[in-house]
Amino acid sequence: MSPLYVVLFLPLIGAVINRLFGARLGKRASAGLACAAVLTAFAFAVSAFLGLSALAPAARSVVTPVYGFLTVGSFKIGFDLLLDPLSAVMICVVTGIGSLIHIYSVAYMEEEDDAEYARFFAYINFFVFSMLTLVLAANFMVIFTGWELVGVSSYLLIGYYRGKTSAADAGKKAFIVNRVGDLGFLLGIFIIMGVFGSLDFGVVLPHAALLGAGSGLATATALLLFMGAMGKSAQGPLYVWLPDAMEGPTPVSALIHAATMVTAGVFLVARCHAIFELSPTAMGVVAWIGGLTALYAATIAMVQADIKRVLAYSTVSQLGYMVMGVGLGAYTAGFFHLLTHAFFKALLFLGAGSVMHALHGELDMHKMGGLRKKMPITHITFVIGACCLAGVPLTSGFFSKDEILYMAIAGPHASLCLWVVGYLGACCTAFYSGRLVFQIFYGKPRDHHAYDHAHESAWPMALPLVVLAVGSLAVGLLGLPKFASSWQPFSDWLAPVFADVKTAPEADGGSLVYWLMLLYTATVAFLGWLSYQWFAKENPKPTALAARWNGLYRLLWNKYYVDEFYQLVFVRAFLGYSRWLWRWVDQGIIDGAVNAVGGFAQHLGALLRERVQNGQTRQYAAFLMAGVCLLLGLVFIYGGGR
Amino acid sequence: MFGVGFVLALALAIFSIGAFGVLTRRDPLVMFISIEMMFNAANLALVDLSNYLKLVQGHALVFFVIAVAAAEVAVGLGIIIAIFRTEKDVNVDHLSELKG
Repeated sequence: MSPLYVVLFLPLIGAVINRLFGARLGKRASAGLACAAVLTAFAFAVSAFLGLSALAPAARSVVTPVYGFLTVGSFKIGFDLLLDPLSAVMICVVTGIGSLIHIYSVAYMEEEDDAEYARFFAYINFFVFSMLTLVLAANFMVIFTGWELVGVSSYLLIGYYRGKTSAADAGKKAFIVNRVGDLGFLLGIFIIMGVFGSLDFGVVLPHAALLGAGSGLATATALLLFMGAMGKSAQGPLYVWLPDAMEGPTPVSALIHAATMVTAGVFLVARCHAIFELSPTAMGVVAWIGGLTALYAATIAMVQADIKRVLAYSTVSQLGYMVMGVGLGAYTAGFFHLLTHAFFKALLFLGAGSVMHALHGELDMHKMGGLRKKMPITHITFVIGACCLAGVPLTSGFFSKDEILYMAIAGPHASLCLWVVGYLGACCTAFYSGRLVFQIFYGKPRDHHAYDHAHESAWPMALPLVVLAVGSLAVGLLGLPKFASSWQPFSDWLAPVFADVKTAPEADGGSLVYWLMLLYTATVAFLGWLSYQWFAKENPKPTALAARWNGLYRLLWNKYYVDEFYQLVFVRAFLGYSRWLWRWVDQGIIDGAVNAVGGFAQHLGALLRERVQNGQTRQYAAFLMAGVCLLLGLVFIYGGGR
Repeated sequence: MFGVGFVLALALAIFSIGAFGVLTRRDPLVMFISIEMMFNAANLALVDLSNYLKLVQGHALVFFVIAVAAAEVAVGLGIIIAIFRTEKDVNVDHLSELKG
């Protein structure tokens, strides 16, 4: 039996048991069950990974059929799992980081009562199952199923605090915004089914050229698939749900809305790169949407005060880099950033959760400060995470982001303008990373009451922080720049998947990379110093600047008024339209017709009751007689059927 | 003795008189008698046609009609007596409590 069965279905079993019986199991048992399910899945994922690496590179693509999903005549879709280098990395990330976050949640969710606690673990186990379905899919049907399942688990977990209206609204928003993207994804799948007559990756992707290189059909298919990716990965106009998704519990933000689910879009583009490669237009759109989102979200993150919101916008921005990477044809670089980001952003979210936990749910950074003495472990690990995010040299984020920016100049679809956009975004990233660290952990406490009660978190919360911090640093070694090391495990591992991609002519020497890295290092150092000057001290500088550039500050603070704009253009317009439909079409025409039929019958009945059913026996007898005469007359005239 | 057409005409006449009686009289007993006339007109027609067609079914059916009519009279008279006891009046035009 393939280890994939265990990897995939163990979390599902855990979810079902916890949902059905969790309330009676007690906290210890339900948490133990959930953690055991994911940890075992992780062990089997690693064994699947090792099993795959034992094969020859060209043979590293194993399809495991589970059962026949759908058979219509000769058209068959199986629930098939595909294990290849891409999905092998993903299952290890999903179950590995998932395990750490499960362990973290054991302590983080401690204050919930038994039933709610079990509900949380059931949902999060279910999420792991859904995400594994998505990444292990061997055809578009299964990937779409996983796609929708992660949407549902995301919805359930965002709205986990069901007493809170804002949480319920955020869940609905996430689900509805994702539907917009899903529509495109589904249409893209329809085109693929129409052209290829199959949904299997093994059939479609090697023959993607059937769509016609550079043709309008290829562009349309790629862009429709990318629309789905935009929804799930919070890119371009569909990013609005992700910041609101922070209404969910913090471990959920870390696992779903930072490390795994939101990378599904990047995964989809990487998986279907054969289709995207056919259309330079689509690649350009993907890269530009990614780059612009990266810059745009980073500027918002610079001024937000809510720690989780900063991290949420930072996630949107980093996802932008990944999308930009895959749009530039630098799939390995984009995917490497996905991997490093999964580590350091999960770390940052869990660190933020630890701070929140210590401060009893306080999220406003303006009320924090000086926490480094109170929370040494959280402090150090958070600093490591922020360094990775900012791209401090020699951390994982430095290597991965630098590689993407390098590909913007030297890659197969290079664009200098895009590099400038990406570079500016990276500047903002360095700035807000510094701000996060210095405002939370340095300077003097701004709220003494909260500060006095702060404490370091329990070991189930501290342990994942440490593991993730070590992982964040170590994972960078897998993808060192080419000039620095000939040991390239990550790109070698993914090479079979992206074997068909035309690579850039190898850059002229290492000098460009070298200068870029130097520039980047200088930028990060300067912005780190700047943010230290501004935020670590009791310095009114940011306040003064905010006052001076009030218009710009308010624009950023209000997130460019995008939510208000959507509210006006889409929500209000749609509500108006719906109200019109309700008043005129539904109540007026449809209800009107139904009521008129009913009313007619009622009035006719009342009339007949008055006139005919009047209790006069002789009149009844007369009707009877008349009826008989009528029937007899008819028989006479028409001959009685003979 | 009489031709088949004559007896049928007689049955028609009796039936019509009975029907007229049911429609015009208000006394339930007289309406009852009228109904009996209609029954017997039908019986007469049955017997006559059986005789004419040399079939026995018509004769047999007449016995069933008589039996059913006897039962119907028993039930009907019972109802009329019950109504008379409660209403002290048996004019059918005044009885319309059950019109719904």
